[in-house]
Amino acid sequence: MNEQTNLDRRKFLVRLTLLAGAVPAVLVSVPIFSALLGPLLQRQKQAWRRVASLSDIAVGETKLIQYVNADPLPWAGVTAKAAAWLRRETEDRFVAFSTHCSHLGCPVRWEDKAQLFLCPCHGGVYYKDGSVAAGPPPKPLTKIDVRINKNDVEIRTAPVPITTITQ
Amino acid sequence: MNPLKKAARWLNDRSGFTEMLKPLLDHPVPPGSKWAYVFGSATLFCFVLQVATGVGLALLYQPSSQEAFQSLQYITYKASLGKTLRGIHYFGASGMIVMVGLHMLRTYITAAYKYPREMSWISGVVLLLLTVGMGFTGQLLRWDDNGVWSAVVAAEQMGRIPLIGKSLARLLLGGDTLGGQSLSRFFSYHVFLIPALLFVFTGFHLWLVMRNGISEPPKAGQLVDPRTYRQWYKNMLRNSGVPFWPYAAWRDALFGSLIIMAIVVLAVVFGPPALTKPPDPSNVITTPQPDWYLLWIYALFALMPAKIESYVMFFGPLLLFFLLFALPFVSNKGERSPIKRPWAIVGSCFVVIVVVSLLFVGKNANWSPNFNAKALTKVSIPATDSLALSGSVLFQQKACLYCHSINNEGGKVGPDLTHVANRLSEEQITIRIANGAKNMPAYGSSLSNDELKKLVAFLKTRN
Repeated sequence: MNEQTNLDRRKFLVRLTLLAGAVPAVLVSVPIFSALLGPLLQRQKQAWRRVASLSDIAVGETKLIQYVNADPLPWAGVTAKAAAWLRRETEDRFVAFSTHCSHLGCPVRWEDKAQLFLCPCHGGVYYKDGSVAAGPPPKPLTKIDVRINKNDVEIRTAPVPITTITQ
Repeated sequence: MNPLKKAARWLNDRSGFTEMLKPLLDHPVPPGSKWAYVFGSATLFCFVLQVATGVGLALLYQPSSQEAFQSLQYITYKASLGKTLRGIHYFGASGMIVMVGLHMLRTYITAAYKYPREMSWISGVVLLLLTVGMGFTGQLLRWDDNGVWSAVVAAEQMGRIPLIGKSLARLLLGGDTLGGQSLSRFFSYHVFLIPALLFVFTGFHLWLVMRNGISEPPKAGQLVDPRTYRQWYKNMLRNSGVPFWPYAAWRDALFGSLIIMAIVVLAVVFGPPALTKPPDPSNVITTPQPDWYLLWIYALFALMPAKIESYVMFFGPLLLFFLLFALPFVSNKGERSPIKRPWAIVGSCFVVIVVVSLLFVGKNANWSPNFNAKALTKVSIPATDSLALSGSVLFQQKACLYCHSINNEGGKVGPDLTHVANRLSEEQITIRIANGAKNMPAYGSSLSNDELKKLVAFLKTRN
């Protein structure tokens, strides 16, 4: 075997070895990355949930309503639950706010007598219409779709609202 | 020959343990590497402790969104010594963070990151980030309401990253919302992914210690010159180096052992962090707070002006990582002695003071409404003044008390109103309540005229 052939053979074997390692590595990686990145590939479908009867909530009242997420996994337990603040503005108009502060997502609580939403983390305060009253929140409380269906109030489940850099 | 000795000799001959370990034990270290050099090994000891106690906890833990909270209650209240085990794992994490911090400070102050140890610094920064990552994911695994809401807060912070923020937030929560998928991810990160990376980078970090040697204690005027340093270091070790085992190792062993014992004592005396309520995302009566080592970031987000916050949340960490990674490339030769590098001392002191102060203010969290303030007990109002009396009740009902203090009762978000009547006239108080202020809601639309009068009458008594 002359020197050139030997060199070619060596190059070929190096490539073969690397390829022999790379192909199965890539093949195996696909399902692993699919598990890791799955949440990016499939959007959870949202669903309407009945949360109250019309008679449950008086005009001007704001109530915490709890419901089950759009697509709970069988082992989700209490983490399948979600909540929103439901406010009856007039006889036939409801508005629902996310419970997540627009600052960093902490749970805002409604103080009925003061007619304010208060956040326990960094002191964000919102008025009853969800607009910012004080503190660091960069935008109003996120509104959630709500509709009246005969005698029921229904809410559309929604993702945790994520505040982006421009908001 | 003693049969035990014989067996040991056989084992050593066939496996080569001495061959493998002897160079590690005998490698010479610079003379004078004394107590300042124990923090790295103490971090390693804490890491080993975390792996061991982590395995113990994993024997009792249920990594499922539905059952994790119950299993934590089981570990804490039922399993024999489970509470202590949790306590050791918690204080072990704290110990690891503290030791990593001290190790890094020592390395920076003595400029041990300079030639040829740049990669030791780089791998060290990676290890620091992984350690903080372990702390954060570990807190979530407690999976009480604090864990659930901390995950949401983390997702919100990731959301501030331009373009990919929302996707990162989804990746963290495992979907659009918290749910069955969330805890499995944190468990996988905390138990498999990050520890695997920690093993890899710790191994690399230790290999670099063997390859480049421990940095010698710096002397003023003794400059690092990349052209001559390696040869100089080799000669120095040949002339005056001492074997690592046992002349340097005993300090590592003693200090590490004291740290581990301190961790165990703290765990037994104080116990693990208390479990709060179940991980119910629909329970809004909760006050999420990170564990102490991330509390300073939490404090920072409350104190910085809201307008620049999004930018700080994104560019802040980016700049920090850039500076940390760039350091050994920006300055990799010259003076190492802290006496000749006063700015390094000033910088280190500054960072320590800022972080410690933020930890303190974060602990008190005076920017948060004080929801526990339910009534004024230390305030006396003449019973004849019925207007002021009803005003004092309104002061609590309208949530004024959550943010303002009177006689040290109430919140600390807004000004103390104990003597407000000395500062503001009746008219000024009325305008302030109705129109609000820079960081105070306007009550004009939610108070009746009558209520407003009562509140003002009450505040007029505060002189």
